[in-house]
Amino acid sequence: MPLRELNSALHALTAGSNDTEFKVINPRGSHAVAVGVDAPVSVQIKGSVGYYCAGMNDGGAITVHGSAGPGVAENMMSGTVIIEGDASQYAGATGRGGLLVIKGNAASRCGISMKGIDIVVHGSIGHMSAFMGQSGHLVVLGDAGDALGDSLYEAKLFVRGTVKSLGSDCIEKEMRAEHLAKLSEILQRAGITGVRPEEFKRYGSARKLYNFNIDNAEAY
Amino acid sequence: MSYHNPYTPPRKSATFDDYTLAEIRRAAATGIYDIRGAGTKRKVPHFDDLLFLGASISRYPLEGYREKCDTSVVLGTRFAKKPIQLKTPITIAGMSFGALSGNAKEALGRGATIAGTSTTTGDGGMTDEERGHSQTLVYQYLPSRYGMNPKDLRRADAIEIVVGQGAKPGGGGMLLGQKISDRVAEMRTLPKGIDQRSACRHPDWTGPDDLEIKIMELREITDWEKPIYVKVGGARPYYDTALAVKSGADVVVLDGMQGGTAATQDVFIENVGMPTLACIRPAVQALQDLRMHRQVQLIVSGGIRSGADVAKALALGADAVAIGTAALVALGDNDPHWEKEYQALGTTAGAYDDWHEGRDPAGITTQDPELSKRLDPVTAGRRLANYLKVMTLEAQTIARACGKNHLHNLEPEDLCALTMEAAAMAQIPLAGTNWYPGKGNF
Repeated sequence: MPLRELNSALHALTAGSNDTEFKVINPRGSHAVAVGVDAPVSVQIKGSVGYYCAGMNDGGAITVHGSAGPGVAENMMSGTVIIEGDASQYAGATGRGGLLVIKGNAASRCGISMKGIDIVVHGSIGHMSAFMGQSGHLVVLGDAGDALGDSLYEAKLFVRGTVKSLGSDCIEKEMRAEHLAKLSEILQRAGITGVRPEEFKRYGSARKLYNFNIDNAEAY
Repeated sequence: MSYHNPYTPPRKSATFDDYTLAEIRRAAATGIYDIRGAGTKRKVPHFDDLLFLGASISRYPLEGYREKCDTSVVLGTRFAKKPIQLKTPITIAGMSFGALSGNAKEALGRGATIAGTSTTTGDGGMTDEERGHSQTLVYQYLPSRYGMNPKDLRRADAIEIVVGQGAKPGGGGMLLGQKISDRVAEMRTLPKGIDQRSACRHPDWTGPDDLEIKIMELREITDWEKPIYVKVGGARPYYDTALAVKSGADVVVLDGMQGGTAATQDVFIENVGMPTLACIRPAVQALQDLRMHRQVQLIVSGGIRSGADVAKALALGADAVAIGTAALVALGDNDPHWEKEYQALGTTAGAYDDWHEGRDPAGITTQDPELSKRLDPVTAGRRLANYLKVMTLEAQTIARACGKNHLHNLEPEDLCALTMEAAAMAQIPLAGTNWYPGKGNF
């Protein structure tokens, strides 16, 4: 089935549709697979995909049984996207809701400009992740690369391993009870067992760059 | 005989003029560069430097008010299933709710709808009021992605991927905290009262190869219905236009340095980018080289003020134009009616550009509820519609005088240039000569 027919069929679903299970075989790295889904449908993609798989997903449960190219689940609104392999750059970029689970590693800029999405990465993430993150949670079971959380707003970052460096205005913060509870809930939603919230450190915004001050110029 | 030195008047430096000196003192006192709204204020070669030749013996004119001169334009004919059809080639440029009050956005929608043209969202998402009052609404897809969502993508009539704008090619934006009301903050998913930075490049693509895939994704999400525009600031118009076409754009929007912004550093506005006049011909050349002129439509913006400017932009090869600053003036921005209040802000009507501070006496570039009430969206919308209709009539008047039965039939051959600079930039012969300064070396 050509890409256009797949996406068209997904968009044609309405409440009460009988077609709630889709299987995509041999995607061969195609771009924009299952984008703009706006119904509670299950999409199982058997193979690796290119750019923007599950882009703007709004309610779908989409699983990639392979790896994903750049921008997977970009601007997701709601629903769940699971990547069994690795994810390239910008995973979950600007996402506004839903849950993105990456079972492998994620490359640079994971969660860039995130706006409410929850992202769970089993492996490690690359540099500049959560850049200008506004809202939502980024949970990393492995390590984080350089400049984590640069120019962060109110997104909350949890890293179990090491952080190579923190970006401007990103600091380690106290892990309070409410954070442990939230982290526990996210790990549970992501189906992760055997990992305790206490093993993570929390990072967030120092909020020093929220209003321009010339004396902070070296941070810009 | 005694000798008296004759009086020598004090001489001020041309380099260090009064304005420059004041800026140095201001920077020293405040420790911050000047941020302001609007486009460049410096004088640059512009449409004023071109004239139409009109008809004579070698070509005959059309009768004003009697013989038809079509002004319609269709945008998005390359790939979109549902191209946009407008009655006039004068569109309203993207301006955000946040930068502008809700009433101002409603007025823009009302005015554009009466005149049969489109209006455009901005960096802050789409409001229900704006959608409701705009018959044809272009939804901007910006680097910040504030408020971006698939439902609004689908209820838009076209999508404009903003790569840059003329006031600040290569730059992002900054909406200062004082304009962040509860509603603006909610739409942008950010805390109230903090400065909101709009990123200078998109978070999930870089370069034309990525852009091609991004456009394909947006088409897939919207089932190939919507025209997709790509907006660039006037920097390298030949290559930017060619790359936008290569990436699959239906429409290229090209914004020269006179194009306005809600808030950017003055040093950026005044020193980065090219005048609108210098941008058009290279962009048209790119379209022609790719055999895409009139297949991919070109919208030109940046300093369009009158029907003459519209006619000149179209004669140089544009399919349509967009207005921003002029539309705000039509609504009531910088109106002398508020002179006392402008003076209280340390400025004067016609010069007020601190749009980012949210204290606009005209109630347009503000989120202050009391100031916003000053703008009646129905009356202001009517004013905008009047202005758009006058501009359209003016452009028709010129086109008829040149013997054209459609604004798109205007051509470079209808023009002459008053200055060598304008001649070189617009590739139009200097008036009274057949000399094209600089031709052959774009």
